[in-house]
Amino acid sequence: MDFDLTEEQRLLQDSVARLLTDKYGFEQRKAYMKSAEGWSRDIWAQYAELGLLGLPFAEDEGGFGGSHVETMLVAEQLGKALALEPWIPTVVIGGGFLRHGAEAGLRAELVPQIAGGELMLAFAHTERQSRYDLNDVATAAKKDGSGWVISGRKGMVIHGDSAGKLVVTARTAGGQRDAKGIGVFLVDASHSGVNRRGYRTVDGQRAAEVELSNVPAEAVLGNPEDGLALVDQVVDETIVALAAEAVGCMQVAHDMTIDYMKTRKQFDRPIGSFQALQHRAADMLVQLEQARSMSYFAAMGVEERDPLERRKNMASVKVQIGRSARFVGQQSIQLHGGIAMTMEYAVGHYFKRLTVNDAMFGDADYWVRYLANAGGLVTAA
Amino acid sequence: MELRFSEAERAFRQEVRDFIAKELPKETRERMLAGKSPTKQMVVDWQRKLNARGWAVPEWPREWGGPDWTLGMRYIFREELQMAPAPQPLAFNTNMCGPVIAEFGTEEQKKRFLPRMANLDDWWCQGFSEPGAGSDLAGLKTRAVKQGDHYIVNGQKTWTTLAQHADWIFLLVRTDPNAKKQEGISFLLCDMKTPGITVRPIITIEGGHEVNEVFFDDVKVPVENLVGEENKGWDCAKFLLGNERFGQARVGASRERIRRLKAIASTESMDGGRPLMEDPDFARKVTEIEVELKALEMTVMRVIATESKRKDKKPDPATSVLKIKGTEIQQMCSELLMKAAGPYAWVDGDPEAEGSNDIDVAPDWAFGLAGVYFNWRKQSIYGGSNEIQRNIMAKAFLGL
Repeated sequence: MDFDLTEEQRLLQDSVARLLTDKYGFEQRKAYMKSAEGWSRDIWAQYAELGLLGLPFAEDEGGFGGSHVETMLVAEQLGKALALEPWIPTVVIGGGFLRHGAEAGLRAELVPQIAGGELMLAFAHTERQSRYDLNDVATAAKKDGSGWVISGRKGMVIHGDSAGKLVVTARTAGGQRDAKGIGVFLVDASHSGVNRRGYRTVDGQRAAEVELSNVPAEAVLGNPEDGLALVDQVVDETIVALAAEAVGCMQVAHDMTIDYMKTRKQFDRPIGSFQALQHRAADMLVQLEQARSMSYFAAMGVEERDPLERRKNMASVKVQIGRSARFVGQQSIQLHGGIAMTMEYAVGHYFKRLTVNDAMFGDADYWVRYLANAGGLVTAA
Repeated sequence: MELRFSEAERAFRQEVRDFIAKELPKETRERMLAGKSPTKQMVVDWQRKLNARGWAVPEWPREWGGPDWTLGMRYIFREELQMAPAPQPLAFNTNMCGPVIAEFGTEEQKKRFLPRMANLDDWWCQGFSEPGAGSDLAGLKTRAVKQGDHYIVNGQKTWTTLAQHADWIFLLVRTDPNAKKQEGISFLLCDMKTPGITVRPIITIEGGHEVNEVFFDDVKVPVENLVGEENKGWDCAKFLLGNERFGQARVGASRERIRRLKAIASTESMDGGRPLMEDPDFARKVTEIEVELKALEMTVMRVIATESKRKDKKPDPATSVLKIKGTEIQQMCSELLMKAAGPYAWVDGDPEAEGSNDIDVAPDWAFGLAGVYFNWRKQSIYGGSNEIQRNIMAKAFLGL
């Protein structure tokens, strides 16, 4: 049991932190958000330089061979800065599908493009009716000669508007909610059959509604008749990044709140001298530390070989992170008071990011329900 | 970063588990499974078995019988005892007074007290709290006045756990009433058979006799029973309270309760003929607790990892989580167990009685569950109430 970082991990963490401290102040972030794409190509190029874009890929394929711990470290820093770039969709999600589902030839072609910052990916999965259920897929893939042609509508495709390629789930067989018969396909986002409508989400990210009409798949990722296990695995790995990102957000929201409590005076004394507020701040710290613990657990629990046990691990991560994020987010607003309600003040933006983070791939309530149905974590005796 | 126990630690866990399986008397285990405290004899017998194995005093220095375990091994040992469930080595002897004597005591004191403490030849109790000194412990008033070779002790201690079994008591007393609160306190060891000591039971809301009032009326304590220097007793108290910071999390104990809870709620059908565990609301409550417990377990791991390496003895901010979350989870477990029993949780049996169901009305497993629920409200009060914990966090970690 050892939570210390290796020298390389510490260097990675420090270099990301330094870049973001220099280039990702609150005002700078605002400017990136207002730009046409809603994030910064310049920063993206610097991520590439630091090796963040090739992080999880094997070294002999042009990556850096990073483990889940490295993913966690980077995601936490990006969370602290509320970074807007498509790192999770491209590197963690898209990268995950390539690592687990693509043939070596395809990886040899795409990994260098991703690591170099030229190619962005997005995961086109959610549909209007599917909410958080990964098995609910109506978009259809039809056999066409040796390949597949995809038609359907995907929504809330995070960073779908700037992606060069989309990872699309589509049904190859069975009914809309069947676990079997889901395929995962790689699609050229600029194909004439792809119609994208980009928009901003409440937390400042970008997303797109994507309509696919007879779009040929460039590649099949995994087994086209039985791809849900692949989706599950990639989503579980993404939860490592989401948990760490949330911890980064919570840390900053908590720090800001404590600082504010020390400086803001009412009744001639700092509001941090009032016990009611001190105890709330202490409760925020409890929630933050429990979340941090589960972020570590995520990096460990995702390596579980049995897919059901792995999923249960990650469900528990989502539950704790979601619960903590809600409490820390809401209380950081409450303890600040009115100032936190303003768009001009940073803490509200952390709250918004935390709120969206909780709901990504299912919120805490969703995963409690899942975990309860799956028998929980502790065996009866 | 290695987030798993090592091979050696896993082997150690198996060794502890095998030992418990072989040596723990069935009656002790069953009584504890039913949620009751083990009897005095059960605790004594078990601690002597542990002592014979060299495991009774994990926190002590090697020369006084400590096994020289890593913090990780100590944690594993306690967790296995809690999950069995088996009695812990008596905390007053092994976690509280023993380490204080080993750290601050004279050679004489160590030789005289430590071996008997380890073997539970003497049962110790803790004389800290007073009617006027609870959360504000340093406000204690029990006086000790030096007269020749003795201190004359007058005053009252309260909430003295298992004083009815005790042979000895370790005491915080005021030796300098004119000094600042923390600076006039001394740490004394006192034979419970000394004339002038009266023990009066306090019956707690569930009907159990666990705690007592202890009155001191001109009690003579030989000066050689002073530990450390006179008026420096607060250092001993702080050392004692700072010891074993991860002990209060009691992850193993909660896991044992959840196992029990799920077994009961899975087999007993009571909700429209279906097992209670199939009630989505109930299942969800259990699941929420399981998740919190998993997070707490990881927090304990973090504390162990940092404390193993830390030289400055400063606690990790995560330590503050342990008491608050550890007790909240245990209390929630006791509440859900009571709820699982439904109306049969209401039987008001004798919590001290031998056997699992002395009046034979409720199903065995249901007996006493409400009592445990009522009794466990103490957890967020003792050991520095959870509100005091929040004060500590606000000051020490948040700088408020």
